[in-house]
Amino acid sequence: MQASNGSVVFDEAALVERARGGDDAAFAGLVEQYQRKIYRLARNITQNAEDAEDVLQDAFLKAYTNLGKFHGDSKFYTWIVRIAVNEALMKLRKRRGDKMVSLDEEIELGEESVTREIAVWDGNPEQTYSQEEMRKLLDDAIQSLKPTFRSVFQLRDVEELSTEETAEALELSVPAVKSRLLRARLQLRERLTKQFKRKGDDAFAFL
Amino acid sequence: MTLLLSCKQFLTELNAYLDEETSAEERSQLQSHINECPNCWVVVDTTQKTMRVYKGAEPQAVPQDVSERLMAALRRKMADKRGGC
Ligand SMILES: [Zn+2]
Repeated sequence: MQASNGSVVFDEAALVERARGGDDAAFAGLVEQYQRKIYRLARNITQNAEDAEDVLQDAFLKAYTNLGKFHGDSKFYTWIVRIAVNEALMKLRKRRGDKMVSLDEEIELGEESVTREIAVWDGNPEQTYSQEEMRKLLDDAIQSLKPTFRSVFQLRDVEELSTEETAEALELSVPAVKSRLLRARLQLRERLTKQFKRKGDDAFAFL
Repeated sequence: MTLLLSCKQFLTELNAYLDEETSAEERSQLQSHINECPNCWVVVDTTQKTMRVYKGAEPQAVPQDVSERLMAALRRKMADKRGGC
């Protein structure tokens, strides 16, 4: 399909329909469309290139095998994200061995306050830094989060799943997703502000 | 009468504010805190920017060898399925 501006429109629903009918090329089209995002997700959650590759393969192979169970009441993308998250969490748990990675530990907005860095940003970082530099800064920041915050932020704010979808994918309650998301956003804000703040603005914090 | 929120109370509601999940009344209460409190204003502004840079970041291409192995695994699976019945 051609859009008026000449770019090819990606019609997820149509491809899924054809794939469900046995059209393998259509399924390959879905893989083509989403592999970057699924690979990023897998890397960010597992923090390991080898595991990320396994997650990428297993997720798409599982989706292919189970396509008949996909009912189209959610988006295919949301579905494949959920499969990939499951695979990634399993990898993470396996690698950590007995040190179980629990996404469910109690957390509070503690007094060690995550808002020490009060400074405005110096212009627009997307214009100051190259795409490559930005990617590295954002990846490093996300890697500094604990797994539980990282996964929630990844699904809510990077993959743009809803709070409910995120809760379901991570087997967390909705309030747990909300409190983790708040912590994750504030910690990332803190880290990026250290990087992007306007020089000489520190005094502002003591006003 | 307007009840003034503390910064801590404001922060607890930060996500609801950012994700626009508040009632109109709560929103105006949060809004008046930001108008009075430069620190919380900065937190809102920089948190919004944090979310924006992540949403706007294009994922990197999958390394070619990784992508090739994925497609090869998929082709094997597809061939199995056709041959298997
Ligand atoms: Zn305040």
